[in-house]
Amino acid sequence: MKLDSKIPSGPLGQKWDKHKFDLKLVSPANKRKFEVIVVGSGLAGSSAAATLAELGYSVKSFCYQDSPRRAHSIAAQGGINGAKNYQNDGDSVQRLFYDTIKGGDFRAREANVHRLAQTSVSIIDQCVAQGVPFAREYGGLLDNRSFGGAQVSRTFYARGQTGQQLLLGAYSALSRQIGLGTVKMYPRTEMLDLVVVDGHAKGIVVRDLVTGEVSSHAADAVVLATGGYGPVFYLSTNAIGCNVTATFRAFKKGAAFANPCYTQIHPTCIPVSGDHQSKLTLMSESLRNDGRVWVPKRKEDCSKSPSSIPDADRDYILERKYPSFGNLAPRDIASRAAKEACDEGRGVGPSGYGVYLDFAEAINRLGASKIRERYNNLFDMYERITGENAYQQPMRIYPAVHYTMGGLWVDYNLMSNLPGLFVLGEANFSDHGANRLGASALMQGLADGYFILPYTIGHYFASSKQARPKVDHAEFRKVEEEVSARTQRILAIKGKKAPRSFHRELGKLMWENCGMARSKQSLEANLKLIPELREEFWKNVNVTGEGSDLNQTLERAGRVADFLEFGELLSLDALTREESCGGHFRVEHQEEGECKRDDANFAHVAAWEFQGEGKAPLRHTEPLVYEEVHMSTRSYK
Amino acid sequence: MEKGMNLTLIVWRQKDAKSKGSFATYAARAVNPDMSFLEMLDVVNDDLIQRGEEPIAFDSDCREGICGSCSCVINGVPHGGQKATTACQLHMRMFKDGDTITIEPWRASAFPIVKDLVVDRSAFDRIIQAGGFVSVRTGGAPDGNAILVPKEDCDLAMDAAQCIGCGACVAACKNASAMLFVSAKVSHLGLLPQGQPERDRRVLNMVAQMDAEGFGSCTVTGSCEAVCPKEITLDNISRMNGDYAVAMVKGK
Repeated sequence: MKLDSKIPSGPLGQKWDKHKFDLKLVSPANKRKFEVIVVGSGLAGSSAAATLAELGYSVKSFCYQDSPRRAHSIAAQGGINGAKNYQNDGDSVQRLFYDTIKGGDFRAREANVHRLAQTSVSIIDQCVAQGVPFAREYGGLLDNRSFGGAQVSRTFYARGQTGQQLLLGAYSALSRQIGLGTVKMYPRTEMLDLVVVDGHAKGIVVRDLVTGEVSSHAADAVVLATGGYGPVFYLSTNAIGCNVTATFRAFKKGAAFANPCYTQIHPTCIPVSGDHQSKLTLMSESLRNDGRVWVPKRKEDCSKSPSSIPDADRDYILERKYPSFGNLAPRDIASRAAKEACDEGRGVGPSGYGVYLDFAEAINRLGASKIRERYNNLFDMYERITGENAYQQPMRIYPAVHYTMGGLWVDYNLMSNLPGLFVLGEANFSDHGANRLGASALMQGLADGYFILPYTIGHYFASSKQARPKVDHAEFRKVEEEVSARTQRILAIKGKKAPRSFHRELGKLMWENCGMARSKQSLEANLKLIPELREEFWKNVNVTGEGSDLNQTLERAGRVADFLEFGELLSLDALTREESCGGHFRVEHQEEGECKRDDANFAHVAAWEFQGEGKAPLRHTEPLVYEEVHMSTRSYK
Repeated sequence: MEKGMNLTLIVWRQKDAKSKGSFATYAARAVNPDMSFLEMLDVVNDDLIQRGEEPIAFDSDCREGICGSCSCVINGVPHGGQKATTACQLHMRMFKDGDTITIEPWRASAFPIVKDLVVDRSAFDRIIQAGGFVSVRTGGAPDGNAILVPKEDCDLAMDAAQCIGCGACVAACKNASAMLFVSAKVSHLGLLPQGQPERDRRVLNMVAQMDAEGFGSCTVTGSCEAVCPKEITLDNISRMNGDYAVAMVKGK
């Protein structure tokens, strides 16, 4: 397999403009002849489907939810970055680019990240034009706030519901096209496999989640915007339905999976309360603008009421360790600091796995009403879940799996190594390296969908000239049969355990052995235990009901089956990457508790190629060549 | 003996849209007060699967009150009656040991039942498709700060834009009216300068689609506002009625 990143030549700042000029075009009259399948309706998927339809392509859009408006981008809270420099505080495209590269611990592709920063300004304009109600100042101008890993205020926000408002913007654009008949929408439909004909991605096989019907859809290109794989850890801030199936099925059909071990553990989530828990809830990073993270200096104070512990006996861990960024240190660093304090026995709350996020000082300084205006919905959510009032006592928070930087490998055109397969947003690997900065996921999803794919997909159509097969092509038939057979196989087991119970067991293995601290030993344990669990799944899972109607247990089982394979790939990638970088922390590779990168041996993307069932996947590398940035040791001290 | 509450659940079971449904009774044992309502249902479902029975189908996804998937009527009230709270954010500490809880789907002819507690809310999507947008194509937007929006207007627009499209307003209304949902979108865009060019046709088209979907009329009882998990207010309905009247007078 050849991984050609297709990065354009020329100076970094001019690559994208040059590339846009070099890309071939499809004439307006010809665009409607091309059909595009878009899977997923989050920020990347909705924005791509709407924009491609506006351009004149025929689009089919698929989502597993009952409406495209419910994709999990909706839950993003804090904001979206844009290098507008409206605050006159020294921001620029160059600075956003550099912050993102550095935040990713120098493991992202330079040219992609620069393009992302350039595009960020157009995204803000586009969203405003759609009627996204970003926060405003009294003079009517857009307001900004700061976010982790940055020393400027470049984050645009709509209270604590920025993802919701951006997604509703993209959804409204998509809805407009559906109303015009240029997009055909398939809600409650799950992609179960990719169809590759003559080496090109030419369609998908889906299951109608209401009728159980398995059917094929052919197209000239397939776009996957299916999000990340956080729920491989079972507990995460992702939605219950988020899954790896679409990207993992594509992997099994030949698409390379890049850097699966880069997973982001978000520092500010509500701690686990018990075994019944189905998900964890994020408390937006924006809270760290006004909240101070601390634990008691002494173990014996941990059970005391926080208000009875005087300031002198508190350890403000981030302010102490990272004075120049303080509470706004990047996520991976803040998470490890919390874990370290809890591992020392200084954690708070019933489980001992929690640290305080304290607003007392900000409430004193700004007044409770200002804090309420900024974060009210988050404080309310916290109270509903924990029964505690964070205006009166500090929040308790602990890190949780939140985002996955790894994903299907794509070139500069966002096309995978399989021609005709494009991958957008969290589902691809390209922009965040080993750690994503806050407010950058929304930016990337919308950059990919509104402003990058619409240019690059045309080039593929204009240059590949690969005919679109019909759905009665033998390959579609074959894949449909495979999908149906797999469903039947799962239904026929009728074992003793619910799919959720396997999912929970897998999650425990992933969190314990491949979570915030990974070692050779723990990862090798996973490589042994995950296949055992998988074997048990295929003997002992119990899926009730049948395949011919709405069967949520069957949906869950199919997703868990893929996670049970994918978890092994993730662990293998983590074992092979013998360095620490960003969210990937190998205990063997550290310096005073910080990540110790090995640029000599690991300044590359690792992309895995499927070799067949029961065979070890093959690891390929794409060297990360930095033309402009100097790879340095990340410091937030 | 495990700690926790023991509850009796009376749950609507219906195989599919065509079948006749009925209530079934289940015991929920050792319920931890820190569980969310849907996590309690997860545990009941795992028990059912264990026994080889079909679990209760219900919609849920984000489980943090923002996606709008969850949709069950709990003891006669959509989302269960805690102020500004979706079913997924309702926690079991709101109930007490020995309680009997009735769980039903949204009931409205415009929201046909798919299975058990799952309903088809695609009518809401079709209303948005009829006009719930600003017609701007990607690219060519002016600078974000070129459009000044007074903070007060923006805050009001945001209050309306928070709607999660769950449909509780319809489920609560004796007429199954969708006015609160439709008016939230009409208000959101009507309050902003970006929404002005299409203000008249938007309200006319969305209301026409709402009527075509078979939602009932609004008699301003306020039951919708009372159950809305995002606290969308009746002011939006007044605003929409005003916009509708103006658009009718203009004859657009």
